[in-house]
Amino acid sequence: MKVQVRYFAALRESLGAAETVELPAGSTLGTLRDALLARGGRHAEVLARGRAVRCALDQAMSDETATLRDGAEVAFFPPVTGG
Amino acid sequence: MARVSIQTADFDLSAEIAALRAADPGVGAVASFVGTVRDRNEGSAVSDMELEHYPGMTERAIEAMIDQALQRFDIKAARVVHRVGPLRVGEQIVLVAVTSAHRGQAFQACEFLMDYLKTQAPFWKKETTPEGARWVDARVADDAALARWGIQASNA
Repeated sequence: MKVQVRYFAALRESLGAAETVELPAGSTLGTLRDALLARGGRHAEVLARGRAVRCALDQAMSDETATLRDGAEVAFFPPVTGG
Repeated sequence: MARVSIQTADFDLSAEIAALRAADPGVGAVASFVGTVRDRNEGSAVSDMELEHYPGMTERAIEAMIDQALQRFDIKAARVVHRVGPLRVGEQIVLVAVTSAHRGQAFQACEFLMDYLKTQAPFWKKETTPEGARWVDARVADDAALARWGIQASNA
């Protein structure tokens, strides 16, 4: 299945605004993060598990246990700082 | 009237409040909060900032917060305006306005919405300082502010 991955703020500056990622059916948001980390380079650096990275699934705050479906929209971003 | 506006343009507090209470003669109280761009942060001078958001999710998140405020408090209406894009020191960033019959609920709902927005609405500030541009760090104090309302946040 394919999911769309979007990045915001500092992550967008490092990784670009969006990319499409192919994943096995039944993958979770954590599986996706693992797949991105496995690419090494900037992905491994800015998505490292020690870093403060928040995620959303289909435009709602989520966590890595969430199961993805084909066509899902996932976003990774730093802690939010609006207001 | 829309409850949530994300816009680059400035907003007029008086006009926003007039519109919010115009339709309801039962309004006896209006509480509002306006956040502005400060000239200092984390020990550095700040000249301007850039605000980024997640189009679609930002609006949905704030709509859900207003739904929660309407359930928790005896209020009549709420309105949130948040600017994005480049902003200079002194400019308005955000407006939260709430109407109710009496002041207590309006004050509380206004603070609740602001606390919620700080840690759960997808916005990011990048400020320009003499040392260069930098992304603003989230504050643990903002998570603590939301926890007072019984909502656990782990943003920062």
